[in-house]
Amino acid sequence: MTVKVCMGNEAIALGALAAGVSVAAGYPGTPSTEIIETLAHVHRPGVSVQWSVNEKAALEVAAGAAYAGARSLCTMKQVGLNVASDPLMSLSYIGVKGGMVIAVADDPGPWSSQTEQDTRGFAKHANLPVFDPSSPEEAYLMVQTAYEFSEKYSLPVFMRPTTRVCHASADVDLAEPAEIKAADGFERRPEWCIFPALSYRRHGELEVKQYEMARDFDSMPYNRIEGKGRKGVAVSGVSYLYAKEAVSELGADVLLYKVGTPYPLPEKTTKDFLASVDSVLVIEELDPVVEEQLLIEASGKVPVLGKRSGDMPKNGEYSFEIVKDALIKYLGLPQPEKEADALPQLPVRPPVLCAGCPHRASFYAAKVAAKGFKKAVYCGDIGCYTLGNAAPLNMVDTCLCMGAGITLAQGIALADRDAKCLAFIGDSTFFHTGIPGVINAVYQGTDITVIVLDNHTTAMTGHQPHPGTGKHADGSEAPALDIETLLKACGVKHVSTVDPFDFPETVKAIREAAEFPGASAVIAKAPCIAQIKKPAAVRFVNDGCIKCGRCVAEIGCPAITPDSTGRAVIDAPLCTDCGLCSYVCPVSAIERGERNVK
Amino acid sequence: MSNSIVIAGVGGQGTLLASKILAAAAGARGLFVRTSETIGMAQRGGCVSSHLRIDAKELSPIIPEHHADILLAFEPAEAVRMLPKMKASAGCVVNTDSVIPTNVALGKGVYLKKDYLDLLRNRFPAAVFIEGARTALAAGDIRTLNVVILGAASGAGILPFSAEEILSAMKTCVKPKLLAMNEKAFELGLAAPGVRW
Repeated sequence: MTVKVCMGNEAIALGALAAGVSVAAGYPGTPSTEIIETLAHVHRPGVSVQWSVNEKAALEVAAGAAYAGARSLCTMKQVGLNVASDPLMSLSYIGVKGGMVIAVADDPGPWSSQTEQDTRGFAKHANLPVFDPSSPEEAYLMVQTAYEFSEKYSLPVFMRPTTRVCHASADVDLAEPAEIKAADGFERRPEWCIFPALSYRRHGELEVKQYEMARDFDSMPYNRIEGKGRKGVAVSGVSYLYAKEAVSELGADVLLYKVGTPYPLPEKTTKDFLASVDSVLVIEELDPVVEEQLLIEASGKVPVLGKRSGDMPKNGEYSFEIVKDALIKYLGLPQPEKEADALPQLPVRPPVLCAGCPHRASFYAAKVAAKGFKKAVYCGDIGCYTLGNAAPLNMVDTCLCMGAGITLAQGIALADRDAKCLAFIGDSTFFHTGIPGVINAVYQGTDITVIVLDNHTTAMTGHQPHPGTGKHADGSEAPALDIETLLKACGVKHVSTVDPFDFPETVKAIREAAEFPGASAVIAKAPCIAQIKKPAAVRFVNDGCIKCGRCVAEIGCPAITPDSTGRAVIDAPLCTDCGLCSYVCPVSAIERGERNVK
Repeated sequence: MSNSIVIAGVGGQGTLLASKILAAAAGARGLFVRTSETIGMAQRGGCVSSHLRIDAKELSPIIPEHHADILLAFEPAEAVRMLPKMKASAGCVVNTDSVIPTNVALGKGVYLKKDYLDLLRNRFPAAVFIEGARTALAAGDIRTLNVVILGAASGAGILPFSAEEILSAMKTCVKPKLLAMNEKAFELGLAAPGVRW
């Protein structure tokens, strides 16, 4: 055993290695990304690690490996599970041979997500068991148990960490990594093929397994009752630590039911808990998954308080403060007086496109190109470029889910004939779910312009490779798929590739594409500035500045701020010499100069 | 010796590495450490904070209000934003270089640097204020700001670790080719002419 400070995601990856995992596949998404990144970095011989093209592909790859008897891991964020839900629902009937863990990270808040959906509810929907770690050290152990459990029941098993487990770190006692569990190879059997008659039989068997699993969960250390008293508190996930600290500070007597497997709830432990308390407060983020099961089990005999009773918030992330306040109210303790901390007004600091980001140049060029159009609609997508919605660019009119921009644009174009619809999509998102939308536009003959913002990486999640980058997850060389070739192969008749920092050329290319009748595409290609060495040159503002503020007001580059007199000042350490501001300055007062780093 | 440390800044300033170094220092001493980070969308120029709780097995990974013993602030407004977390007795190091958000540059919202520094000075008379960017650039790269601030905190004697412990933790967290530059940044931070009001 060695003790190491591990991030939750790292602990999950190392736990999977300790369980002998040999195939891991995922698609990057906050807060799940570091699980695959850890495995790619550890680079253990005999373990295949991949960034798949999307979550559906990842889940199917992991399922195939488990069919062949390997222990497999599949990772994604909560909204990724929507993409993977088609194989998931059938897989719960078909089952697996080797252990398979689906690690889906939820994002209460949400901090970096479109929704606050709860994977525990998804697990219940799919009749699959779910482990809900409260901390990185527990996640490390749980994932190992999850593999044994998966093989025992021949079912894939969910691990559902949340942001505060994924991105928290703690001391973890690491075991020696186990031998890779050798896969005995794929064996032909009729049950690998889903057919209605098999589905009927398997559905019945799956329902029986729900009760067996609930009984099995009774013996697991992740489910336990702590403390004393007749006031019951049930907690799931990271709320366990909020509750532990709050209970200890309040010095209160509560009977704490720590739920580590929120679906199915352990059978006997749940009954014992309900029999020992006069009431229950359920503390769990997102959906009332534990609460509803306790309500059914209590069947009116014990009051179960929580979200449905209005005692706990239904949305957003929980905190020590929320949990402590709820406990004070529940336990009838005196409410301490709160003195509001009067702070001076603080700036709002929304995330922004980086200084020198090529997306800024692409968005601004599209804005300039569209000036002559009667109406332009900008359909955005998921990635760093969603930040193009902020002032002053205001270039994201819609954003729904991965790949939706291209298809939403088609619907808008059909219903609003005056609108020129431009769909922006990043390179990784293009591979993820963009391509079918392009084919649909070509097939239907819908007049839209797709602008692929190709920065050669999956930037928002921390620069993962994708099929266009020529790299695998572990950095080894891969075939690089060419986006222009793919677009042409999809039947797009007008495709051009531009460097977004060649501003006049980009404006021209976007205008021509938008004027082309039918589906057209422009690939704006320039590497993410976080991945390139800062050039020796920077831009600076010379004495010709007329303090018009245009450079700030037009492009909103974080490296440019006006000084107290209104003169624009460029922050040299941030500047990347992209030169977009020089195009914007009406008096050519922004020049190129030497970077002075000392 | 339970200790809660808040590291606050703006996405891109390198708060994460500072947190990692302190966690490694705690680990080397055999103390249980729990940290929490802001990763994801906010890393693109938004507010980010790292929370470290040392010797804190059964505590929340996020530091509750009025529970933080130490504030390492990479930016004045972000220092003020963290005030509700701080104990009255907290030790503070504040980098005085502002990062003005784009929306403020566009005339939306305010940035009251003087008010922020005055408030911090009144609230924490022993706080140390440094011009971190200048020191980091002197060490060779603006990206050593995080280590400069650790150095200043170590110099101010507010960290629960010695300078040697931090330097040795850096060896496990900093890329080998950047180690020498970061060690220089730490030494410069340690000796930085921090201003105490």
